[in-house]
Amino acid sequence: MSEAAVLVDNLVVRFDEVEAVRGVSFAIEPGEVFGLLGPNGAGKTTIVRVLTTLLRPTQGRAQVAGHDCVREGLAVRQLIGYVPQAISIDGSLTAWENLEFYGRVTGVPRKERRERIEQAVDAMTLAPFLGRLGRTLSGGMLRRLEIATALLNRPQVLFLDEPTVGLDPTARRNVWERLELLGREAGTTLLVTTHQMEEAERQCQRIAILDLGELVAQGSPEQLRTQFAVPSLEDVFTAATGRTIEEGGSFRNVRANRRLSRRLG
Amino acid sequence: MSAPTADFRAGSAEPALGTLTARFGRLRNGAAAMGWAELRKLRHDQIDIVTRSVQPLLWLFIFGTALRRNRALAGGYHDYRAYLAPGVMAQAALFIAIFFGLAVIWERDVGQLQRLLATPIPRIAIVLGKATGAGIRALAQALVLLAVLAATGIAIHWNPLKILGALVLLVLATGAFACLSMILASLVRTRERFMGIGQLVMMPLFFASSALYPLSIMPRWLQLLARVNPLTYEVHGMRQLLLGISSGGTLWIDYAFVTLFLAATATIAAKTYPRAIL
Repeated sequence: MSEAAVLVDNLVVRFDEVEAVRGVSFAIEPGEVFGLLGPNGAGKTTIVRVLTTLLRPTQGRAQVAGHDCVREGLAVRQLIGYVPQAISIDGSLTAWENLEFYGRVTGVPRKERRERIEQAVDAMTLAPFLGRLGRTLSGGMLRRLEIATALLNRPQVLFLDEPTVGLDPTARRNVWERLELLGREAGTTLLVTTHQMEEAERQCQRIAILDLGELVAQGSPEQLRTQFAVPSLEDVFTAATGRTIEEGGSFRNVRANRRLSRRLG
Repeated sequence: MSAPTADFRAGSAEPALGTLTARFGRLRNGAAAMGWAELRKLRHDQIDIVTRSVQPLLWLFIFGTALRRNRALAGGYHDYRAYLAPGVMAQAALFIAIFFGLAVIWERDVGQLQRLLATPIPRIAIVLGKATGAGIRALAQALVLLAVLAATGIAIHWNPLKILGALVLLVLATGAFACLSMILASLVRTRERFMGIGQLVMMPLFFASSALYPLSIMPRWLQLLARVNPLTYEVHGMRQLLLGISSGGTLWIDYAFVTLFLAATATIAAKTYPRAIL
């Protein structure tokens, strides 16, 4: 069997009294599109932060492409792309400058930088907007630009934290089309967090459902529906937790989502 | 549609290199990239330099003119406006630097900080890059002030080497204060709270220094405070270079103090900076 692109083993993350992640385990195969699902506050972003080396786990193991996220942080950061939930594009720089900047900080050799930027621009169809300042771009363009900046170092694993939150349906579809192409043709492993069940059902090959920091179910969308004998993933969540997905989320989450939606227009 | 993503074959990233040369390369490239971005931002927002220059000009032409003939305040120098000029330059740069921490909090809120911390550049490169950014803004502002000094005939030593030396000291000190600001930002959760703390730090730094008046007219306790204040060494060094006046101590001590302060604040900021995202 090939080495897992992502391995999470009995992961625990504690913030003082609060246990944000409680013994979560899953593995993602190379080239797979894997969805982490759950309401706000379920622990999705915390897991992504551990895998992107932003956060040290309290207990357990997290690996990316065979590298330990704690002991080999630099090796992990060289192999990943990361698009956080909030918009990380610098609004004071143009789209091209953002690409150039991320090319530089992710260590893309100078000789190859221009070519890789052109490839990323083609892949995300950004050519018409390259000279525009980040703050003047629409939500869909911003997300595509972000994904383009995350592709420059040719990541083995791309982490996307709620990539479509705050986007209208057209922009959402557009982002997913690009991601599908990326997974299918470049073989990039995608870990996507979302609380949109429909989207996950359509786009992810396998899914892990989280609730209050615990993994309550995992498998392909079809396996999960069969296992819980329900017609949709939303019903799977209800069957597994006894609650609806809308009930989660703290004041901070709600405020952050609203701010993001405002920013994305 | 064609297959444009085929060029992003997974697994073709550069291997992780841990040699000293590679580490230094990452540090240099990272800091250079951050500095490059700041220069670009400045190019898009040149009006910012003009608006930021208003406050130091007010100090110089209102405060300085009102006390122009006061030789005690000017440490015996004939024109208080000229005496004040290095202090005002340093003070304006301090304003830029201290509020760089606000940018860190903003970057955390919008996700830029998380994104940067997940790239291979060392934390210290991010900190030094930000410090360079503050230094570049301070430099641009100082050049505007120097142009105004020249245009209004306020006499300083127009020796290019000495001016360069003064600007280097200004950039080093501004970088150090920007690092101090980043340390504060990593400890404070909200922008509102940072504003309060920023003022709390900035005002004592400014008034307990030789920016406005010489140490000799201060009471003993204030002199003691001023002697451990890096702003005093920055202004003292700039005054020696731009006006040729000194209140004791050689130039190398000013450079050494400011450089050590930069090394200390940058090291601490690199440790505390990642905490800002929690």
